[in-house]
Amino acid sequence: MSDWESASTARVLAPARPRKLAKVPFVELADGRLQGVVSSGSDIERVYVSSVAAGTYEFACSTNNNRPCGGARGSFCNHIFALITEAVLQYGVERVARYLRVDAADLDAQAVHSLMLGERPAQADSAAAAQVFSRFLRHLAYVELPATTAVLPELQWFPPTRVVV
Amino acid sequence: MRVDLLADPVDGVDEVLAVIAGADRALAGGLSRPQAAQAAGLVALAEAVVASPLGAEVAEAAEKAAAGAAGEEHFVSLATARIALFGAVHDAVLARIEQATGRGRADSGVVLPSGGGQAENLLLAARSWLADLARAGWRGIDHDLVSGAEPVISALLPEPRLRRLAALLDGFAAELAASCPGSALERIPMRRWGDLWSRALLLTLPGATGTATGTVTGRLLPLGVDLHEHATAAQAQVHAVFEPADGGVPRLVRASVSAPKPDTNIGAGIWQLLRPHLSLLAAVSEGRSMDLTDMPITAEGDLVWADEHAKPGEPADPFVTARVVLPTASAFPTAPLDRHPARIAVPVFLEGYSAGQGGEIFTVAGQSVAVDTDRVPVAGPLTPEAVAGSNACIGLVRWDAGVFRVQPLAVETTVRKKTVALHAGAWAGGAVDKAGVKAEKAATDAATVLRERAGRLLRK
Repeated sequence: MSDWESASTARVLAPARPRKLAKVPFVELADGRLQGVVSSGSDIERVYVSSVAAGTYEFACSTNNNRPCGGARGSFCNHIFALITEAVLQYGVERVARYLRVDAADLDAQAVHSLMLGERPAQADSAAAAQVFSRFLRHLAYVELPATTAVLPELQWFPPTRVVV
Repeated sequence: MRVDLLADPVDGVDEVLAVIAGADRALAGGLSRPQAAQAAGLVALAEAVVASPLGAEVAEAAEKAAAGAAGEEHFVSLATARIALFGAVHDAVLARIEQATGRGRADSGVVLPSGGGQAENLLLAARSWLADLARAGWRGIDHDLVSGAEPVISALLPEPRLRRLAALLDGFAAELAASCPGSALERIPMRRWGDLWSRALLLTLPGATGTATGTVTGRLLPLGVDLHEHATAAQAQVHAVFEPADGGVPRLVRASVSAPKPDTNIGAGIWQLLRPHLSLLAAVSEGRSMDLTDMPITAEGDLVWADEHAKPGEPADPFVTARVVLPTASAFPTAPLDRHPARIAVPVFLEGYSAGQGGEIFTVAGQSVAVDTDRVPVAGPLTPEAVAGSNACIGLVRWDAGVFRVQPLAVETTVRKKTVALHAGAWAGGAVDKAGVKAEKAATDAATVLRERAGRLLRK
């Protein structure tokens, strides 16, 4: 076995990289999609729930009240572009490209966007929106969970790392 | 500190790790239909503990698992056997470190958790998911299986009493989710996932996390801060020397604070999150001691911090503490369930070394020891470059994958003929230097957005 395979504290996931959260408070690579939530520029109560599927690049964008996004008729809207841009900031372009199955390892967010768009992806129905939004709420709930001063010995298995993967 | 003793392998450990590796290969392939080689790994695990009180139980579990007929109780037995073997490794490794530091353990008996009691439904749900995971094996994981942990984790997290299991499962499930499908994995962190799986399974046993506490009164002299984090949790752990007011022997203790967090809360944001719950972090940043009155403490030397039992004391330089008091301090024994080498973090003081390979190695009197600068948190003034140019170091001795390493908590360097100390946890209580203030500002902005969004959207 390699050292990595035989290390209790082997690093499996790189920590998120810093980014500003005002425009895109939530982005994740999960459920076979790049998905997240984009704040509306005009209405503070409204957010857009956007997603792009890995492999097929099928996309969807609608508001949290399930109204379709006007920009996402037939093609990626600005919310989806913002989502890709922020995902690349948070995870690095390699991880985003690998997850979406885009051959853009040495490129940038713009290139990932163009390459997917070049495949003329289909528009998905808004079935995933409710699930993505509930994952956003679950994510936000972490802000309000209580701290504890009782020791958690299990976190010894999770050292920080300075290595940006 | 005898660095030479950290260079040699610890006797007998390789043999134990070979047995564990066999069991871990069985887990990688999955226990629903193990192949002959994998079944042999399970039998070897059972044979390794045959003379222990676990012997009969584990033998039966291995037999059932080898036949693909194991139930949850059998998985628990296999996990217990794996943890027991690591307990032996822990003891051997720690004995070597004690030889090297010349420091003993005080002989206070550890009070065993009472055990027993009623298993809560939540714990049973967690156990059931862990059993499904073992049946599928690391090569068999997919999104459906892994996401099955989510409702369990969401229900566990709000309950501080169950936080150990919750934080562990949360970090573990995130790694598994990012590694799906398992069939496409080029390499598998076998030791790590075996550790996390077995430990989680044991934490589902009622009473596993019960700890007896006493109280202490005296002076607390901080040495440094160790940080732990995964995407959605962080823990700051202050290592310190405690001087009892009654004049007893100084003791090595720890004080910890942890909290779940959104994955976008990183760097200085983690200190901001933890700071309000542990006044000790401010004392660390200010270079102060703290005076404790009736502070709760566990039998293994973990203070269960409550601010009302502590008040700021006199200034105390951690390097003075490390030079003068640390050599006289004794450690608490480790609780039985925590006897695992990953849990070992022994404070030491090193000086008179030459740092090589960009700070990755310290050489003392011709003997070298590896230095783990990767564990130094990003949000702080201590950097690998500073470690490389240092001439004295407060660190934690750790052991993983057969190698001893020193994790720097603080170093002294010489700048224009003056000694300057750099601490990994200097920003824990609040940053005052320029880089730190900037990092704090960015973290405050991110936290403000998330709190605003949570306030607006969560309770609809």
